[in-house]
Amino acid sequence: MLEFPRWKVWLIGIVVAIGVLLSVPSLIASTPLASHWPKWLPGYKINLGLDLAGGSHLLFEADSADMQKQRVQQMQDSVETELRHDPPIQVGDMSTAGGKLSFLVRDPTQVDAAVERMRNLTKPVALTGNRDWDVQVVDSTRVVLTPTPTGTAQALKDAMGVARDVVRRRIDPGGTREITVQTEGNNRVLVEVPGIDNPEELKKLVGQTARLEFKLVDLSANPEDVKAGRAPPGSEVLPMADGSGAIAVKRRVMVSGEQISKAQQSFDENGRPDIALTFDSTGARRFGRATQENVGKPFAIILDGKVLSFPTIEGPILGGSASITGNFTVQSANELAVSLQSGRLPVKLNVIEERSIGPDLGSDSIRKGAIASGVSIVAVIIFMLITYGRFGVYANIALVVNAFLILGLMAMFNATLTLPGIAGFILTIGAAVDANVLINERIREEIRRGRRMLDAVETGYREAMRAIFDANVTHVISASIMAYFGSGPVRGFAVVLLVGVVTSVFTAVYFTRMLVALWIRRARPRMLHI
Amino acid sequence: MKLLKLVPEGTNLDFMRWRNLALILSLIATVTSIGYTVYRGLNLGVDFVGGQLIRVSFEQPVDVEQLRSRVDAMHLGDAGVSSFGGPKTYQIRLPKPPGGDAAANSVATKVKQEITRDYPGAKIESVDTVSGKVSEELAGSSATAIALAMVGIALYIWFRFEWQFGVGALLTLAHDISMTLGFFAFTRLPVDLNVVAAFLTIVGYSLNDTVVIYDRIREDLRKYRRMAILPLINLSLNETLARTVVTSMTVLIALGVLMVIGPEVIFGLAIAIFLGVLIGTYSSIYISAPVLVWLGVKPDSFLKTDKDEAAEPETA
Repeated sequence: MLEFPRWKVWLIGIVVAIGVLLSVPSLIASTPLASHWPKWLPGYKINLGLDLAGGSHLLFEADSADMQKQRVQQMQDSVETELRHDPPIQVGDMSTAGGKLSFLVRDPTQVDAAVERMRNLTKPVALTGNRDWDVQVVDSTRVVLTPTPTGTAQALKDAMGVARDVVRRRIDPGGTREITVQTEGNNRVLVEVPGIDNPEELKKLVGQTARLEFKLVDLSANPEDVKAGRAPPGSEVLPMADGSGAIAVKRRVMVSGEQISKAQQSFDENGRPDIALTFDSTGARRFGRATQENVGKPFAIILDGKVLSFPTIEGPILGGSASITGNFTVQSANELAVSLQSGRLPVKLNVIEERSIGPDLGSDSIRKGAIASGVSIVAVIIFMLITYGRFGVYANIALVVNAFLILGLMAMFNATLTLPGIAGFILTIGAAVDANVLINERIREEIRRGRRMLDAVETGYREAMRAIFDANVTHVISASIMAYFGSGPVRGFAVVLLVGVVTSVFTAVYFTRMLVALWIRRARPRMLHI
Repeated sequence: MKLLKLVPEGTNLDFMRWRNLALILSLIATVTSIGYTVYRGLNLGVDFVGGQLIRVSFEQPVDVEQLRSRVDAMHLGDAGVSSFGGPKTYQIRLPKPPGGDAAANSVATKVKQEITRDYPGAKIESVDTVSGKVSEELAGSSATAIALAMVGIALYIWFRFEWQFGVGALLTLAHDISMTLGFFAFTRLPVDLNVVAAFLTIVGYSLNDTVVIYDRIREDLRKYRRMAILPLINLSLNETLARTVVTSMTVLIALGVLMVIGPEVIFGLAIAIFLGVLIGTYSSIYISAPVLVWLGVKPDSFLKTDKDEAAEPETA
C-alpha cells in the first residue's frame, strides 16, 4: 500500500494537470479572461449544444413521391429526344400513369429498334448488376419503362448528396458560419444552425426546390381546353403562381435554371424588386437563339411548376442576361435569388422535425445549470467532509479534480454539452462519490473487525474495487445504449456519463489512493480517524 | 472532530423478516402502477406523439385563463396552455394538424404572430415541432433503448455472478421502471426525451445499488458456507447499509439542488432520477435480495467459480 513509486506519482500528477489545463478555455470562454489565455497553450473548447447556445435544429425528409414523378418526367424528355433522332420512330399515346412511362410504337416493325434504343437510355446501377430502368414490351407494340428499385434507391442517394450541398450553399453562401448540414438515414437532411432568431427564413430557403424553366407559351391552345386542364400535344397546362388561372406552355425547355451562373436581387425600371440573371455560355447561346427565333411571342418563366410571368419577347436577347419579374417583395426576391444561385434541389424537402431555441433561454439554462452544479458540488463536499473527515477531504479533492477532468476530456474530444448533459454532470458528481463511499465504509468495517491500520486501508481498496468495477460497467452499458439510440440532447447526457465513468474511476480510486499513501508515509499515523 | 455516522456502528436490522410483507406491498404497488399507467395513459410530450410545443415569455405576468382562451380562439384543435416556472413563462402545446407537416409550419407561424401582436414584448423562447413519423421513431427507439439496457445489464450480472442474480436484477429493474412510470401517469408530468434519459439512468443507478449488495452477498456466501441464507443476506445488507445510505444521500443532495434551482427544462429529468434513486434503494434491499432466497441461491453456487477469481479486476 505504501509503495507508491515516484514515477506513478508523477504520472498521476501530470494527468491531473493536463486535465485541468484542458478545461480552462471552456470555463473562461465567455469572460474577458478568454483573450488573455496564452496562444501556446491548448485552446480546445467544449461545444455548446443548440439547447444551450440557442439556434435551430431542422430535420428534412425527401419527398420521394415527388422525386419519382420527376424521374419519370425526365425520362420522358430523354425518350422524346431520343425518338426524334435519325432514324425517327413514330410513337403515340405516351403515358406516365402509375409511375411508369409507356408509349405505342406506330410501326410494328420498329418495336425492336425502339426497345434497343430505350435500353441504351438506361444506365447500370453501380456494383449491383441491375439497370436503373426496366424495358418491356406489352401487347406486342407498347413499350413500357419501369423504374427498378435499385435504380430508384441510387437516384435517391445521389439526390441526397446534391441536396445536402445545395442546402449548405443556400443557408451559408459565404461558407463562413458554423452550421451542420448532414444526411441522415437514406432520405433525410439534418440542418443545425446555432444562434439564429428566425428559423422561418431558414425553412423558406430550404423549402423551395427552385426549379426554374423558361418555356414558350403555346398560343395555339384553345382557352376552353386550357381551363379544363387539357393541352395540345407537346404542351402542358401550368397554373399561375399568383393563382390567376392557368396557361398552356410547350413542353420543351428553352433554358433551365441549371444554366444560370449568377442570380441576384435588383429592381426593375419601375422600382419593383426583381431578380437579375446571368446565364453561363451554353445558357446564353440557347437563350439568344430561342429569343431570336421567337420575337413577338410570349415565353413563360416557370418556378417549381408554377408560372411566375409570361413576358413577350421584344427582341433577341444576346447578352446572356435576363431578369425575372413577378409579385416579389425585396425579401422574397432575395430568397429566390439565393435559391437560384445555389442550384435547384434535386428533390423536394419537407420539414419533419423542428426544434428552435431562443438565445436567451439557452443562456438562462447555462446560468442556472452552472449555479446548480456549483451548489451541488459544495453540498456534496460538506456532506463528505462531516462523514469521513480526512478521508472525506481526499474524496473531495478527487471530486473537484474529476469535475475538471470531465470538462477537459470533453473539450479535447470537442464533445457537445447539452442541457441534459449538465444534469449528467451533476449526477456524475453524486455517483462518483460512491466509489469513495464504498472504499471508506469498507475501511471502517475492516478497522472494526480489528485489522491493523495499513491492512485495513489496503483491504478496503481491494475489496471495494470489485463492486466499483461492476457498478461502472452497468453505467457504461446504459450510457452506451443511450449514446447509440438517443438523439441530440440525450446523447449529450450519455456522453457526459461515459466520460464521467472513466474519470471518476481514475480520481476516486487511483488518485485518492495516492493521496492516502503519501499521507500515511509522511505522517505515520498511529490510528485512523474514519 | 466527531464524524457523522448516519448508520450507527453495530446496526443489525432484520430486513428479511419483512420480506413477504414487502413483496406483497411491492407487488400491489407494481400492479397498481402498471394498471394505472395503462388505464390513464402517460402524458406523452410532442416528442412521442407529434405536434408542437411553443414556449413564450411575457414582460408582464399573464393570466393563464386569458391566454388559454386567446389560444382557443385560434381554433387549432385541442391546444394546451400551462405555466412553465412562473407566471411570465408559458408552454403552448398544439396537436398535430390534420394537414400534414406543411400545415404544422403555418400553424406555428400563426401562433407566434398572434401572440406577439396581442402581448407586446412577448418573446418566443423555443419551438419544437415533431411530425407523426419522427415521433413514432423516437418512441420506438426509446422503448428499444430501455429494453436493451435492462436485458444487457441483466446479462452482464448473470455473466459476473449466477443466473439467479441476473433474474433478480431484471425483476428489480422491472419494478423500478414500472413504479416510475406510474408516478408519471399519476402526476401527469409530460414524458419527453429527457425523461427517457432519466429512465436509462435509473436502470444504471438501481443496478449500481444491486451490484454492491450482490457483491457482498457473494463474498459472504464464500466466507460463511455454513450460515443459513436468510441470516446471511441480513448480514450482507447490514454490512452495506452505511454505504447505501451515504451514497443515496449524496446523489439525492445533488439531484435535489438540480430540481430546486436548476433549469426548468430538465425538471422532469431531475425528478425522475430523484424518484428512481429512492425506489432503487428500496428495491435493491427488498427485491434483489429476497429473489435470491426464492431462487434458491446456496453457498455452493460459487464453489466452482473460485478459479475465475483470477479474472477479476485487481487493484493496482
